[in-house]
Amino acid sequence: MSRRKEEVPMPQRDPSDRVENFNEVPLGYDREAALEEAERCLQCDPAPCIEGCPVGIDIPGFIDGIMNENFQESIDTIKESNNLPAVCGRVCPQEEQCQEVCTLGENFEPVSIGRLERFAADWEREHGSVDNSVEGSRDERIAVVGSGPAGLAAASDLRKLGYEVTVFEQFHQPGGVLVYGIPEFRLPNEVVEREVENLKEMGVEIETNTVVGRLFTVDDLLEGTRVDKYDAVFLGTGAGLPYFLDLPGENLNGIYSANEFLTRVNLMRAFKFPEYDTPVKIGKRVATIGGGNVAMDSARTALRLGAESSMVIYRRSEDEMPARDEEIQHAREEGVDFRLLRNPIRFKGDNGRVEQVECVEMDLGEPDESGRPRPVPKEGSEFSLPVDNVIIAIGNSPHPLIPRTTDGLETSDRGTIKTGSRGRTAREGVWAGGDIVTGAATVIRAMGAGKTAASDIHGWLSSQDGWK
Amino acid sequence: MPGQIGYYSLANVWLGVKITLIGEILHIDRGKGDNMRKIVNKSRLGDGLWEYELEAPLVAEASDPGQFVILRLHERGERIPLTIADKSLEKGTITIVVQSAGKSTIELNRDFSEGGEIHDLVGPLGNPSEIDNYGRVTVIGGGVGIALIYPVARALQEAGNHVISIIGAQSEDKLFYQDKIDEVSDEVVVTTDDGSVGRKGYTSDAFKDVLKTKKVNKSWAIGPVMMMKVCQEVAEEFDTELIVSLNTIMVDGTGMCGGCRVEVNGEARFACVDGPEFPGSAVNFDLLVQRTEIYEEEEQCALEVYLEDESK
Ligand SMILES: Cc1cc2nc3c(=O)[nH]c(=O)nc-3n(C[C@H](O)[C@H](O)[C@H](O)COP(=O)(O)OP(=O)(O)OC[C@H]3O[C@@H](n4cnc5c(N)ncnc54)[C@H](O)[C@@H]3O)c2cc1C
Ligand SMILES: Cc1cc2nc3c(=O)[nH]c(=O)nc-3n(C[C@H](O)[C@H](O)[C@H](O)COP(=O)(O)OP(=O)(O)OC[C@H]3O[C@@H](n4cnc5c(N)ncnc54)[C@H](O)[C@@H]3O)c2cc1C
Ligand code: SF4
Ligand code: SF4
Ligand code: FES
Repeated sequence: MSRRKEEVPMPQRDPSDRVENFNEVPLGYDREAALEEAERCLQCDPAPCIEGCPVGIDIPGFIDGIMNENFQESIDTIKESNNLPAVCGRVCPQEEQCQEVCTLGENFEPVSIGRLERFAADWEREHGSVDNSVEGSRDERIAVVGSGPAGLAAASDLRKLGYEVTVFEQFHQPGGVLVYGIPEFRLPNEVVEREVENLKEMGVEIETNTVVGRLFTVDDLLEGTRVDKYDAVFLGTGAGLPYFLDLPGENLNGIYSANEFLTRVNLMRAFKFPEYDTPVKIGKRVATIGGGNVAMDSARTALRLGAESSMVIYRRSEDEMPARDEEIQHAREEGVDFRLLRNPIRFKGDNGRVEQVECVEMDLGEPDESGRPRPVPKEGSEFSLPVDNVIIAIGNSPHPLIPRTTDGLETSDRGTIKTGSRGRTAREGVWAGGDIVTGAATVIRAMGAGKTAASDIHGWLSSQDGWK
Repeated sequence: MPGQIGYYSLANVWLGVKITLIGEILHIDRGKGDNMRKIVNKSRLGDGLWEYELEAPLVAEASDPGQFVILRLHERGERIPLTIADKSLEKGTITIVVQSAGKSTIELNRDFSEGGEIHDLVGPLGNPSEIDNYGRVTVIGGGVGIALIYPVARALQEAGNHVISIIGAQSEDKLFYQDKIDEVSDEVVVTTDDGSVGRKGYTSDAFKDVLKTKKVNKSWAIGPVMMMKVCQEVAEEFDTELIVSLNTIMVDGTGMCGGCRVEVNGEARFACVDGPEFPGSAVNFDLLVQRTEIYEEEEQCALEVYLEDESK
């Protein structure tokens, strides 16, 4: 068989059907498609794709497993470096990571590494036996705060090594952004629930409804006051505090932060109101402000809740949009209307409800500190758009609760916790990783940080070397 | 009622749309209920008003006056914020007082009995009241706010303040905790809108009378937004500091959604983590009223559907 130049297309639901429901959009490769795509891999040695993956998965290795139809071996290879392949295969920005540097990509389309990863992970969920065994046995207890990808990865690796691990989560359901943020049509909560079940089977304890910093503090965990004593604490509390624009009229009814909107819909199941008690109110015309994955998720969710028009207002051009290519493409297919190089300047409405968003057109100027061209407002270009709802998706920062209630942590002026390369904070016995350290980033980076910290916690507890 | 037609048809649209969706979406069991909270005691305080003692030893230990919890009645429940009115370290319980307001509170008051369990509960949330010895203070509780003012009054008295409590309700059958408030106050004024007990009128009227005759160093008002707003007007007139507790609509209660945002000193603040108590002089009450009305139609619809199911 000659090598295909293009990637094997991903079967996906028809856009007109998609906007009617929250079912997952990409259906996943079947066996034939996976084999055909795997055949495209050149099995490079050394393989640049491994360098492109933040956790260094042996990509040719796992693809080789698929090629030989040895799917168990394939998933085992992935899991040596990645605890959440079913999640990452679905949501990783592959085009900027492993696939960006794929050798095949120099002349043809790169190998669809993410889709193959998802295939192997889904195969395991359907056919394979998940190995939940624990390799060692240790007396030390580790507390993990936050159950997003960083916390789940740290908990899993530490439990595998035999530690007693407890995860504390403030929400009633574990998973972090994976369950409250990323919508069902991109990442079914069921996928995350399975991962959490696996952790529980390994013997990790998960305490939900526990706000660390309020119910007890990190100091309590380390000192054993009021709660069991823990020998080490990993902080993976994410970046959950939503930014607002600080514009006039932003508190009008009908204006949501993306966090509130998505939490109502995903975690609280408002799309099933009134079967579920939590409401969400979406009118005919919805404008989402922002250009990242969160904005795409919000705009697409609005369509599924019955909005007749859903637009994305972004101040730069498509090239600068931080969202994954696939999400932008899916949003377009579903009819999301992109208003690029536009920026809101005020919200207006009588009777307390938002009715208009006033915008200004933007030009791209010199690059700013982020290296992207700085958007500059065009004088006299103001215009108004009629809207029933606005969703603000311009980013999140870490919550100050933990730094404020824990002695000896150092934070940056952005509110992130400062750590060394292995995740050690300024406080002995406390590690941190994920969005709370980097600011809003990606699932795979958060997971990688959890793994790095887990291995350093193990090293520290085993060797009793000094802190720092 | 003019709104009637609108809301029935709205309920139908909701139901229509939602049911098609429900059919298509796999039901997923959420949460495992491994931290259910037992209702140790339930007693009626008045018309639509019930007091619950819930098993929550860690929350009891960690909480201070002014803080609240969020609970979900069942897997499909919304997250409802309720203030911790009292606690017992010996029994490991917290006390909440719940006024029937809409679907969730009515469901709790009707369907949950002593010995039963609440699906989950998280807390303590929010910042505690700032308790200090201020000298002479007034605490004003209106309606269910009486329960919320009780721990504040007690803490203030324990801190050495001369506490004047003003408690008010629509009528006698909605008034409660009189004896408890008596115990923790140096002076008590009771008001009812209809005069069925105490003096006829509003708590704000009584507040005004107190301020006319006495120098008060600091005051608290907790109750319906209108009551707090009027009390603030009174406080302003007498140039005295008033603290109010803002019962906004909340989702997480931990600072991650911004749904609870209020305008304080012209800036957006999150009631759940920056509050719930704020100086009344800094609060934009009109915006607060406006934001609590966001879901009026949906709340009606939810209640309607619930009551219909109940009667089947
Ligand atoms: C809508 C949306 C879409 C996204 N899409 C993508 C995507 O397609 N691809 C991608 O790679 N990334 C995406 N991201 C980013 C990615 O989800 C995050 O970078 C990642 O989840 C960060 O993981 P984390 O473990 O650091 O934190 P989180 O996932 O935020 O988890 C932190 C957890 O800690 C809990 N917590 C916080 N404080 C406390 C406390 N005091 N006590 C107890 N628990 C606490 C929180 O409730 C939460 O569950 C998206 C983010 C959002 C919001
Ligand atoms: C910090 C805080 C402490 C509170 N303490 C108490 C208490 O101790 N006892 C008590 O009886 N009530 C208290 N409340 C109010 C209580 O949370 C609401 O009455 C309840 O959520 C209403 O839910 P429902 O489904 O019964 O009524 P709904 O039909 O949802 O609403 C009825 C009314 O309650 C308001 N409301 C709706 N949802 C919320 C929400 N999530 N948060 C606040 N208000 C809402 C609406 O504006 C509406 O006017 C408190 C609210 C807050 C924010
Ligand atoms: S985890 Fe992400 S970056 Fe790594 S191989 Fe998988 S898709 Fe690529
Ligand atoms: S770089 Fe591309 S072709 Fe080479 S091994 Fe990696 S996936 Fe295969
Ligand atoms: S309730 Fe979500 S931020 Fe306050």
